Amino acid sequence: MAGLTKTNPTTALRAGITPPRWLLAELTYACPLQCPYCANPIDYAKYQSELSTEDWKRVLTQARKMGAVQLGFSGGEPLTRKDLVELVKHARDLGYYSNLITSGYGLTEEKIIQLKEAGLDHIQVSIQASTQELNDHIAGTESFEHKKEVAHLVKKHGYPMVLCVVIHRENIHQMAQILAMAEELGADYLELANTQYYGWAHANRDLLLPTKEQFEQAEAIAQAFKEKVAGKMKIYYVVPDFYEDRPKACMNGWGTTFLTIAPDGVALPCHSARELPGLDCPNVNDYSIEEIWNESKAFNFFRGIEWMKEPCRSCDEKEKDFGGCHCQAYLLTGDMYNADPVCSKSADHGVIQQAIDSAARSALTVTEKPLIFRNSKNSRLLS
Amino acid sequence: MTINPEHPIKFSRTHRLQWEEAQQKDVILYPEGMVELNQSSAEILKLCDGTRNLAQIVSELEQKFNTSGLTNDITAFLEVALKNGWINQN
Repeated sequence: MAGLTKTNPTTALRAGITPPRWLLAELTYACPLQCPYCANPIDYAKYQSELSTEDWKRVLTQARKMGAVQLGFSGGEPLTRKDLVELVKHARDLGYYSNLITSGYGLTEEKIIQLKEAGLDHIQVSIQASTQELNDHIAGTESFEHKKEVAHLVKKHGYPMVLCVVIHRENIHQMAQILAMAEELGADYLELANTQYYGWAHANRDLLLPTKEQFEQAEAIAQAFKEKVAGKMKIYYVVPDFYEDRPKACMNGWGTTFLTIAPDGVALPCHSARELPGLDCPNVNDYSIEEIWNESKAFNFFRGIEWMKEPCRSCDEKEKDFGGCHCQAYLLTGDMYNADPVCSKSADHGVIQQAIDSAARSALTVTEKPLIFRNSKNSRLLS
Repeated sequence: MTINPEHPIKFSRTHRLQWEEAQQKDVILYPEGMVELNQSSAEILKLCDGTRNLAQIVSELEQKFNTSGLTNDITAFLEVALKNGWINQN
């Protein structure tokens, strides 16, 4: 705990640095589900250690003091942590707005009540598809009926209910049924998250990436529905950036808003940043959140625009999208300093079309290779 | 969506209105989101406790800030708030 002795009692920010607002607490990599697009790193199985309850409490306290207010309890499956209720209580006492991001697996009515009493604000339940067969196949676990039951219980106990459905080629044809299911379950919010191709989704991209026609059809259905349920249900639509010609403003700008703490205490400017080489991401066991946010190499790496190469450096949109996603640049071009190849100004933009073509060819082959499910065995095989 | 002038106005049970020390302002918190409020918006929302209707909110604020003619501004803001689900009426 060397870091504790170095903690500065003030929460001063260095000039030009904005405070964190969003803290994503990845409590564990343990998960009963095996979704093949999981956002956890491919090599997660090698990170076995988990922060203790006291470590997490210290992290929550320090980040709150700096200004973090939205808190996501995530994983893995956060319900596998025995101290979840205690951490929720601590977060409520500090004034966080706490979001539980869960598969719903193992969530009982008793637990839902305990979490409510501890001060949890909202529960987001993921559902993988609109049918039991496909849901259970994608999740790699029999879970569909239980998830629907959990959605009812979340509503019953007065939480805002958020359904999250990750969209990809295996379920995109169910868009209309997914929307109907959300309405029937009484969702207050529906997050339709088109798969972002990092980590496990990158490994399975040929099997998950839909065609442009499929995207457009599904988006039109979602758009029409959005108008129909305006005022009753809010829909968050995460765009599929492979079919855009400008990149997303990754993390609202590196080190400006978001702070992720991985299960073993490593602090990340974005939950995928563990894939990037040479960042030397700091651990909360060695440094305070204030030191990490202000001083660490990792959080200053892509702050501002000084790091940029062309075509970003002279681009008049550079303060709008900050060059896009560094993980995507690294995965698809081999250089994280490159512009996100989603951008049509990128010299590597062709790799996006190659990926789309490759996925389309894969969809046409008779013997498609199987999905690689997210589990410890595959994690060890791939890393 | 319009405000019913007769009915009391209540802040949403699924949102949270809170003072943020770090930002020196009131904010509305909801699933994965936050709205920063200016002082007058916050003053209006704090009176939406389910006991006051539109006229009562207006008169209370006019008294507090020693002014008059706030009806239109407050109504316009409350309609935005209603549309966003921050408040509701029975």
